Amino acid sequence: MKAAETAQKWTATINEVTIGATSAEGGTRGKTVTIGGARCIPWLAYEGNVGRRPAIAVEIWDSGAESWPEQLRNEYAEVMDDPLAWARRANELGPDLLCLKLMGTHPDMGDRSADQAADTVKAVLAAIDLPLIVWGCGVYEKDNVVLPKCCEAARGENCLFGAIEEKNYRTLVAACLADGHKVIADSPLDINIAKQLNILAHDVGFPLEDIVIFPQTSAVGYGSEYVYSILERGRLAGLGGDPLLQQPVLATVGLEAWRAKEAQAPDEALPGFGPAEERGPLWETLTATNSLQAGVDLFIMRHPRAVRDVQQALDRLCAAAAS
Amino acid sequence: MYVIGERINGMFKNVRQAIEEGDKTVIQDLARSQVEAGAQSLDLNVGPAKADPVKAMLWLIDAVREVTDATLTVDSPKWDVQKEVIPQLGGEPIINSSKADPEELEQYVGLAVETNASLVALTLDRQGVPADVEKRVELGAQIGAMAMDGGLPMERLFIDPIILPVNVAQQQPEVVLKALQQLKLLSDPPPHLILGLSNVSQKCNHRTLINRIYLVMAMTAGLDAVIADPLDTELMNAVITTELLQEKAIYCDSFLDAQRMRR
Repeated sequence: MKAAETAQKWTATINEVTIGATSAEGGTRGKTVTIGGARCIPWLAYEGNVGRRPAIAVEIWDSGAESWPEQLRNEYAEVMDDPLAWARRANELGPDLLCLKLMGTHPDMGDRSADQAADTVKAVLAAIDLPLIVWGCGVYEKDNVVLPKCCEAARGENCLFGAIEEKNYRTLVAACLADGHKVIADSPLDINIAKQLNILAHDVGFPLEDIVIFPQTSAVGYGSEYVYSILERGRLAGLGGDPLLQQPVLATVGLEAWRAKEAQAPDEALPGFGPAEERGPLWETLTATNSLQAGVDLFIMRHPRAVRDVQQALDRLCAAAAS
Repeated sequence: MYVIGERINGMFKNVRQAIEEGDKTVIQDLARSQVEAGAQSLDLNVGPAKADPVKAMLWLIDAVREVTDATLTVDSPKWDVQKEVIPQLGGEPIINSSKADPEELEQYVGLAVETNASLVALTLDRQGVPADVEKRVELGAQIGAMAMDGGLPMERLFIDPIILPVNVAQQQPEVVLKALQQLKLLSDPPPHLILGLSNVSQKCNHRTLINRIYLVMAMTAGLDAVIADPLDTELMNAVITTELLQEKAIYCDSFLDAQRMRR
């Protein structure tokens, strides 16, 4: 008996978003990276185009990374208090982009000034020619002072800036519009708010095609099924024609995986869970490959081995989808 | 919901006058405003008393085509008009409409298949509009069967079970709802189900209220297309809200604006 035809036809495509600008495009990046473009349920290549290869950004902090788990600190020990050295080290891992998180501007984590942050952005852009994500500390009042300065400092480089939220979007949207950057829209595990935030940005003149959505990430074991269901619902609506849910999706897999005790805990604390040096990177890798199934287009990652393993998984997956 | 805008109809005085005087601007304003308000297709009807309905219809089509690429619905009960006009239209027009009598229907199905058009077919035969659910469903089944035999896919067939004014036949709105529910089960995929909505409130008081409530009722019974007035904002809001409550769109606080962005 012939198996029933199960392929669905989709009427719409997930937006393609390009980050970075080469000299030809008015920037100084060595290359650009484009994400999105899927026209099928994630990786069901028989339904349609699976879109661009998901991209990996390695996360670095301007300062304050002493709070990272020991295994990560070991990897980046010599470079963690120097964002330029850290950026060079991250670049050696062969990622598609860098993600500079400005945690040092947080009022409780150093309270670095907007000018200091902008200088760091400039210096990282000068040192490394990968496309850059710049992400604020998450305190609205501070971000609204710091990020516009950083947008200006990165003018022409077509960076991806994070993040706008439903309660705080106008300042960053205006700065990204003025200086030609893309934006991350952060919604708290709620597809209704993801959609609403996009229409709010659109209503103040920001193109829906320049948004990457971040409906949150969960590590394996910490609600990743729930996040999957939210991402799935949004993706199906987008593919079905809803322009407010056709944005590519970002996931902070490094941050979330390394919050998990299964990733962090030393061997003696979790007997039977295997050696911490393998367990941690594996937790991050699986958090990433798991969320690939939900259609994630851009990963923010931390551990070098996890970056390598996810690159290899993507090699295999993309080759299979293309064949 | 597939909305076909009803406003370009010679029954309206301003449209009749525009056709008589060859004044395109009135027609073009109506075309633009209906599309902006969410109509996916525009119904074109030259009205009852034109000496040369083919010529008038072609003039309407030309006028509308200058301002929009929206799908055109050629609204005429005259075979001579349809067979003349439809082959001249590019794109995928909608023929509105055929009755269910086999000889007539066969011609219309043939025309739709040949020209890549869709077809609205009424559950109406020589004996007139059926009074009950059963006869409507029987005629609907006949229409569906003839469309399939003639090679017209269900995606291009719209069955119209015909709604009569509530002040004339008050049991009819409920009869039509029951017919819609059964017609939806005719085939898989089902044909589209359509109504000429405004007829339900013909010569009634509170017309827009009656139209709006009945459209919501009909949507929940399976209606997925309608010929109606998209310039009635509250009617279009009701369509969007019904689809939201049917989970055909994901909720957000600005759901009315959000849904309008999809058009």
